[in-house]
Amino acid sequence: MSVSHAENVAGDSPVIQITGLNKWFGAFHVLRDIDLSVAQSERIVICGPSGSGKSTLIRCINRLEEHQEGRIVVDGVELTHDLKHIDAVRREVGMVFQSFNLFPHLTVLENCTLAPLWVRKTPKAEAEEIAMEYLARVKIPEQASKYPGQLSGGQQQRVAIARSLCMRPKIMLFDEPTSALDPEMIKEVLDVMVDLAETGMTMLVVTHEMGFASQVANRVIFMDAGQIVEQNTPDAFFNDPQSDRTKLFLSQILSH
Amino acid sequence: MTTDPYFRTQAEMLAERPPPASTTGPVGWLRANLFSSWFNAALTLLALYLLWIIVPSLIDWAFIHADFEGSVGNECAAEGACWAWLDQRIDQFLYGFYTDGEYWRVNLAVILLIPALAPLLFDGVPYARQLRVFSVAYPFIAGFLLVGGFALDAVPTRSFGGFMLNLTIGLSGIVLSLPIGIMLALGRRSRLPALRMLSVIFIELVRGVPLITLLFTAAILLPIFMPESWSIDLLIRVIVVVTAFSSAYMAEVIRGGLQAIPKGQFEAAQAMGLGYWQSMRLIILPQVLKISIPGIVNTFIGLFKDTTLVFLIGLFDILGIARSLQQNQDWIGKVDAEGFLFAAIFFFVVCFSMSRYSINLEKRLDTTKR
Repeated sequence: MSVSHAENVAGDSPVIQITGLNKWFGAFHVLRDIDLSVAQSERIVICGPSGSGKSTLIRCINRLEEHQEGRIVVDGVELTHDLKHIDAVRREVGMVFQSFNLFPHLTVLENCTLAPLWVRKTPKAEAEEIAMEYLARVKIPEQASKYPGQLSGGQQQRVAIARSLCMRPKIMLFDEPTSALDPEMIKEVLDVMVDLAETGMTMLVVTHEMGFASQVANRVIFMDAGQIVEQNTPDAFFNDPQSDRTKLFLSQILSH
Repeated sequence: MTTDPYFRTQAEMLAERPPPASTTGPVGWLRANLFSSWFNAALTLLALYLLWIIVPSLIDWAFIHADFEGSVGNECAAEGACWAWLDQRIDQFLYGFYTDGEYWRVNLAVILLIPALAPLLFDGVPYARQLRVFSVAYPFIAGFLLVGGFALDAVPTRSFGGFMLNLTIGLSGIVLSLPIGIMLALGRRSRLPALRMLSVIFIELVRGVPLITLLFTAAILLPIFMPESWSIDLLIRVIVVVTAFSSAYMAEVIRGGLQAIPKGQFEAAQAMGLGYWQSMRLIILPQVLKISIPGIVNTFIGLFKDTTLVFLIGLFDILGIARSLQQNQDWIGKVDAEGFLFAAIFFFVVCFSMSRYSINLEKRLDTTKR
């Protein structure tokens, strides 16, 4: 199941290039001078205390949040006010949210085919075929005709992952995908994410699941107060943290 | 087995049991709904007593001692209701002063309403796709039937009256106020300041004055200010005013629904690359309309009953006709309540149907238990 960390990350041009990123919410300086470059197939786990800006950072990557300074280039397209650029980026970047955000008035299958039908203009039969393929990948093809409200949290989150994959994105963003789940459902979602990592998907995952981080990530990023305090391979990050902030954070989340 | 509850273990899982008999069936229903406490029991008995007093005497007045025959009020005996006018006046109550012999056009328009509405209101209607085309064409067909022109004799809109006038204004207002209300609500939440401002001004201005002042403005003031050649048919002015009025209310109902949709729904739609109109149409509005059904239907019912206000600007809707009957020389003093009661039945049937339909629709759209 484990994905080897050393597995080489393609050296050529990064799929995400963030330079000098700054963002404010009103007067609050939420992201400060962030530089980050993500290579194809790289799997990055971002952790840090709440309010550290980790969610905001990945939400800038698909422009759910607008940044005020710096550059974000995703798959060769720079995020600016140009709506065409934003649309182009969003087509290639899937996102999974903490609160699933499935569309409650549509069936599981309709949730999965919606974006392919309307954004990619995929023919209906083909979109449904793709949807069933991904629903099988997340192991719930039998729920296709149900509504999200009839599923457990873990099942909903797996549908949300399948829904994003149906757009065949190049990059997947996960914003605390297991934080809203009951403990017994966390594993089924993480298993799906591990499977996804094995396919070579580029993934940025905001999570506190340190087991997942050490098993899957190429790189762990620790953020605090809007900046990247430390980043390293999971091995080095967990066994030999450098900064005091990182040590404190690790001692707090690993103390149980 | 230890007696210490802290370390108890259960040998086998418990089987399911039916609920106690006293909580199910008719007895259980009575206990739960009518006699759940001494206070509720007292209220139940009081309600039964009031019904016992009121219902028999009402039936007695309305039917048993009522008069159904006669051509003037004096032929009605004093103790019961006087329904003798029905025979002469029912056409007026229904069609106003619509040309005699052309009533079939009104009737046909009402009958055609059924195939026009069915595919919009119900699932599983046969030929729904073709019928929806008819639904879109219906307002034009109905308008042609009612007003005439071409092959049909023209009927001036000032001869519209009775319940068909209430229906004409009410249905036009209902059909138009929902989309306009949605646009106003979206406008009010728009990121464009000018659009937002315009929507707010419209909503607050229209909502801030009584409907009757708007009607008077449309009926009396506009003709004074506007050049004669610009004059627009009074009925159209009335429909515009009623529509504008309920659109403002509708906008606020829809805005309430929009605010109830979690931000995550907008974000998920955006993240998938859907544009503004796509996410509104496919994701946000279906949910907004569903949770706003009670408010929307409330506004529709209010609008429909408000159509009776037109009798204050000289149009003879069903209440106007009832009032003219009440003051008629032949009937004066004999039909003070009867005409209004008769009119009330029509409103109740329409409004109650809307209410029942909306409850049915809410159940049908509930995706949490299917």
